[in-house]
Amino acid sequence: MEKLYEEDDLLALSGIQHFAFCERQWGLIHVESQWVENVKTVEGKNMHKRVDDPYFTETRGDVKIVRSVPLMSKTLGLYGVADVIEIQQHDDNFGIVNYSIVEYKRGKPKADDRDQVQLCAQALCLEEMLAITINYGYLFYGETKHRYRVEFNNCLRTRVQELAQRMHLLFEKGQTPPAVYNKKCKNCSLFDICVPELSKVNKRTQKYLSRVFDDMRIE
Amino acid sequence: MRKMLNVLYITNPEAYLAKDGENLVVRVQDEEIFRTPIHYLEGIVTFGYMGASPALLGMCVEKGVTVSFLTAHGKHQATVHGTPKGNVLLRRKQYRLADSESESAKLASMFIIGKIANCRTVLRRFMSDYGDKVQIEEVDRVSKIMARNVLRLGKELLLDEVRGIEGESAQMYFSVFDQLIICHKDHFFMKGRNRRPPLDNMNALLSFLYSLLLHETRSALETVGLDPYVGFLHRDRPGRTGLALDLMEEFRPYLVDRLALSLINRRQVTGDGFLKKESGGVIMKENVRKIVIEAWQKRKREEITHPFLEKKIYVGLLPYAQALLLARHLRGDLDRYPPFVWK
Ligand code: SF4
Repeated sequence: MEKLYEEDDLLALSGIQHFAFCERQWGLIHVESQWVENVKTVEGKNMHKRVDDPYFTETRGDVKIVRSVPLMSKTLGLYGVADVIEIQQHDDNFGIVNYSIVEYKRGKPKADDRDQVQLCAQALCLEEMLAITINYGYLFYGETKHRYRVEFNNCLRTRVQELAQRMHLLFEKGQTPPAVYNKKCKNCSLFDICVPELSKVNKRTQKYLSRVFDDMRIE
Repeated sequence: MRKMLNVLYITNPEAYLAKDGENLVVRVQDEEIFRTPIHYLEGIVTFGYMGASPALLGMCVEKGVTVSFLTAHGKHQATVHGTPKGNVLLRRKQYRLADSESESAKLASMFIIGKIANCRTVLRRFMSDYGDKVQIEEVDRVSKIMARNVLRLGKELLLDEVRGIEGESAQMYFSVFDQLIICHKDHFFMKGRNRRPPLDNMNALLSFLYSLLLHETRSALETVGLDPYVGFLHRDRPGRTGLALDLMEEFRPYLVDRLALSLINRRQVTGDGFLKKESGGVIMKENVRKIVIEAWQKRKREEITHPFLEKKIYVGLLPYAQALLLARHLRGDLDRYPPFVWK
């Protein structure tokens, strides 16, 4: 039987994108609450403000657009908010409703799958809450002003489940994963507080102290 | 390393701090005298009794800017800051270690190693700068005692032994401090440390600078998620920021004592900037406070190669760097805490 998480144990869904990018980044934000708001994230926020209106609904043709929809999944153990859900109701196909999720991102498509993972996690929540199936969703990027379709295939679904499980595992231990200094650090907004180079100097403390003592002996 | 943002110091007791959009605005008698976007700041420190609007405090809390209210003499009264940062597990580790005498002694040794080694460097720098002009035998002797005391701290000690070495070193150091003052000897002298209240100009100047430093170590610790109140060398006492005082030790000689000496020896502050009150306590006049704060701000913008991290950082980021290393040590990422030792 699948494990169901208690409400108290749910983790922030938004964390899954950080986690997919770098486990340590997620740890710093969600375990250590170390987060400096820099210009980039402020831009991201402002862009979100426009879609962040829970009382807003709009209908375009047969598509109803709702914003800021609370989400939760007890099997993934995640909770969060979807930016936009588009609900399509076809009169002609016996009241079958089609849900699709759109997530707004500043910037442009990334080389890794963090945005797809986040979108799919949202879809899994919605599937669980409404007992429906959602086959695809969209990522909209501010810089390219373009929406990209994302298929929720089994491969992506499994990846989301594995990430969520590992997030819970690390969260329970309360341990921020150690830094692995690599090339993505360069683009990481948490570089300055992560100080990934520190992972290399771990063993230097003894040497450093011996040097201090040696200096005291020179007189 | 993290970017260095500014700390805004406000000394005019008539100032009122308000919010306008995303800006901090300082007004004196309804007239705007200063304005800055809030995201340029990491802290605001006020001296004296000025007001701040709830809207401004709300914005500061939201943006992670700490606002500290100090008395005109630099005594801490209150701080406004947001939800504590960091991992509760890290703080529990801190409390567990602080509960253990032997673990506390180990960490206390490290802070004091930093302090005494840096005191020694203050003395040695002085000898190499002025050795040909003034008598330095006594300074030299004390510097050697400092070196010996650092070595003593390398052994495993009881907390009281660490305190003993600290006390003895401080007393010796301040016994020759007077010789390091080479100008205005009749206005500035050191006949021992006194704080509550400072009884002479030198002590008033030092106390004021230490209060600026304490503010920095305190917020550095908060930033990395440690509890500034629970120290290892400085044991718990209500209202005392024990860990902030611990962390401050290694910076006292390097950041404060040298700055105080150079302000005097370069004649940037003079005796008439100080006021002896009827009780014998000495306070600094506002114009001197301004000069001192300016010098402090300038010092923070200088660069130094961090001896352990081996990279260039702003002097103003030193407390943060050390707080970070301390958090890493408590978390178990670093096997020892490397104190800041300046050569
Ligand atoms: S700097 Fe590198 S290791 Fe640190 S959080 Fe960012 S990506 Fe991860």
